[in-house]
Amino acid sequence: MSEVITTALTGPAPEVHITKDMVRRGLIVAPALVAVCGVVWGMAGAASSAYGIAIVLVNFALAAMLVASTARISLGLMMGAVLFGYLIRLGLIMLAVLLVKNAGWISLPALGATIIVTHLGLLIWELKYVAISLAHSGLKPARP
Amino acid sequence: MEAFAHFVATAADDKATAAASSAGFAYGLAAIGPGIGIGYIVGKSVEAMARQPEAAGMVRTTMFLGIAFTEALALIGFVVFILIK
Repeated sequence: MSEVITTALTGPAPEVHITKDMVRRGLIVAPALVAVCGVVWGMAGAASSAYGIAIVLVNFALAAMLVASTARISLGLMMGAVLFGYLIRLGLIMLAVLLVKNAGWISLPALGATIIVTHLGLLIWELKYVAISLAHSGLKPARP
Repeated sequence: MEAFAHFVATAADDKATAAASSAGFAYGLAAIGPGIGIGYIVGKSVEAMARQPEAAGMVRTTMFLGIAFTEALALIGFVVFILIK
């Protein structure tokens, strides 16, 4: 038990690297997602899609920042921060959506679809490269 | 006739209130499962990193992705909540 409280991880933070990758890929695919939502739901759909992508990317960045900063202090603190961070991030997402729910430029189906598709899509996309790295830890697969 | 109109309006209000509370309750339920899952993932990862700090990089990578995948369940619950609210 004492190891969990006293152990701190001082090396590089892989979650920051992963998140930077996901944000970069998210920004690459954002125009396509916004265009698709714009075609299906109109201007409101395009704006909602952009807003949804921003929510997902900020959520990833916050999660990575929380893990990276607390792991340098203690593993026990990291565990607490991740668990409370989950609640706080869900609350922030809820707040971000409820604040604009009745705005004229929001289309809730577009926003919801974008949040789910972007979150899962970026994770699956990143997982491919992480899986290759873990299987061949000495190799550096080319990243698109 | 007026009393009937009032009854219909009240019933519609009650229905909207019930729908909103049910959606909130469903979202609360949808957030419990991922919460348990994330707690389990992080607990086991912390245990692994404390035992074997040299494998921390690999463990942190898989932990972070595991957390994000588990969180997707809560996000799906949230999206259903905002769509039916």
